Order: sequence, then C-alpha cells, then structure tokens
Amino acid sequence: MNVVTTTADVALPADWRDLLALTKPRVMSLVVFTGLCGLLAAPEMPPFVLGFTAILCIALGAGACGALNQWYEVDIDAKMRRTANRPLPAGRIDRQSALHFGVGLAFFSVLLMGLATNWLAAIMLAVSILFYVLVYTVWLKPRTAQNIVIGGAAGAFPPLIGWVAATGHVSALPLLLFAIIFLWTPPHFWALSLFVRSDYAAAGIPMLPVVAGFENTRRQIFLYGLPMAAAAIAPWPLGLTGTVYGVSAAVLSFVFVVLAARVLGNRATEPRYMEAEKHLFAYSVFYLFALFAVLVADRWLVS
Amino acid sequence: MKLEDEVVRRQRERARILAWLLGAFVVLLFFITIAKTGINW
Repeated sequence: MNVVTTTADVALPADWRDLLALTKPRVMSLVVFTGLCGLLAAPEMPPFVLGFTAILCIALGAGACGALNQWYEVDIDAKMRRTANRPLPAGRIDRQSALHFGVGLAFFSVLLMGLATNWLAAIMLAVSILFYVLVYTVWLKPRTAQNIVIGGAAGAFPPLIGWVAATGHVSALPLLLFAIIFLWTPPHFWALSLFVRSDYAAAGIPMLPVVAGFENTRRQIFLYGLPMAAAAIAPWPLGLTGTVYGVSAAVLSFVFVVLAARVLGNRATEPRYMEAEKHLFAYSVFYLFALFAVLVADRWLVS
Repeated sequence: MKLEDEVVRRQRERARILAWLLGAFVVLLFFITIAKTGINW
C-alpha cells in the first residue's frame, strides 16, 4: 500500500492522481503517438484489439519509465523548480511505493505485449525500459553531457515497437523512424536546457549548456538538426513513403533548421531573452507530431 | 475534513479504480484470446 507519514503520524494512502502523475502523462502522449504511428505505418494490420493492446503496453512501459525515473531522481527533482512539486519530492508518495508501481507496470506491460502480439516486440519494449532506466537515468544522466544523445535511443523505440507488434519483424522504415527520433532528441532537450540551465546547474546535472556553455550548445543544436532533417526526408527518396510525406517532411524540417539557425545566432544568456530557444522547443514537439501524422496520412490516404 | 475521513476516501477511491481496471483487463484478455485464436464472429 502507498503511504506517506503525515505530521499526525497517520498513514495516508497516495492519491490516484499522484500515481498517474508518476507516469509523466505528457511525455507518455508523445510516446503513444509515435508508437501508434509506427503501428499504423506498417504494411500489415493486426486485429484491432491486438493493435490497441500493443499501444496500451507501450503507454504502460512509458509510464513505468516515468515512475522509475522519478523514483531514482527524487533528490534531483527536489532541487529544480520545474520538478519540485512532483509527487515524490513533494512528499505525497513514498519512494518504495513509486518503485513498486514502476517495476509492476514494467513487468505487466512487457508480459502483456508478449502475450498479445509477439515476443520480439515484448523484448524491444523491455530493452527500451531498461535502457531508459539503467543506461540513461542511472548511468549517463548524472555523468556526461552526452546523456541526452545516447539516452535518446530509449525514446526512439516506440515507433519501432509499434511496427514490430504489427508485423513481427524489423525493416528499413521503422529503423529510419528510430533514427529520426534519436537525432531529434538532442536539439529538443538542449533547446529546453538552454532556458532552464540554472535549474540543471543547481541540481548538478551535466547538461550541455552547464558543461560546455551556451555557444557550444547552440552550435550542437544546429549541427544535430541537419542529419535529423536528412533522416526525416530519407524515406521519400528511398521509396518507402509517398510524395505527400516527402514534401511535408522537407517543409517541416526546413522550418526546424531555420529555427535552429535562429538559435545559433542568438547570444543571450538570460532565459527572458531566449525567445528563439523557446520557439524551437515548442516547434520541435509540433514537428514530431506533424511528421508522424503525415507519415500515417501518406500510408492510409495516399499510398 | 478529518485525516481519518481522507484516508477512507482515498482507499475507497483507489479500490473503485482498481476494480474498474481489473474488470477492463479481464475483458481485454477475453478479446485478446478471441483475436489470437482467430475466431470470426
């Protein structure tokens, strides 16, 4: 049972809303969306209930990652304004309950994925959860400025898992979808970390702006934007998607690179002067949603 | 609201949600079984 000790020394069960908050629902929405798009872009469709279960498992796996991430980072979250009010640092849930909740969700999601779809998808889901928790959260994040570069692989798994859940095998398009998210993650998070740099510095997280400075981070954002754009457009010339996707990806990626160039040209060190960074961060979320939506539209409406 | 009342309220709320989730899981398992065995209705 989830309990926190109150001042009156009475055991208070955790509110279900706090358990839900542990799963980071906003992050989960992007994960679910890309996983769903991976599944819908596949050449063969599983029965509805199996497709639904696959997406449910991806969502639960993402929830497990969120819970275990917050369980491990409770001390760090307590030091950052952005995260100080999360259920664990605010004392609304105890750590052990969060750990049990996260591990339980992880096992349940992998098992259900294996039973409902196939075990390759289940193994991939397990690897993505372990990668996010052990490689990114525990190992890389507190140690290196490259945390988000390598750790981004965990967030890149969902479309691949969605595809494999539908087809049972891996092919070129889902690998490209993996590459797009993998290359999108660093500029997305570095744009954010530029205007919340003081939070990361206070918490001792070696994000790139903290370790390498503003100018270097802005250069890296722009440099990562170029191969990301190339990976986003690549399915079209390779004949894996139609013209609708190709043209849309080119336009969306062009805007991304232009916004990254604006960030590159910005010299501000105060968050209130970082409009370019905030625009890029907001656009990067829209970019990924739009790119994957167009991919599905191209597959279902055009091709 | 007294703390004891809040404890009971939360326990009831969670028990109700858990019951719904378990029920939904049973229904989901039923349909998964149908889909996996390839029975056409």
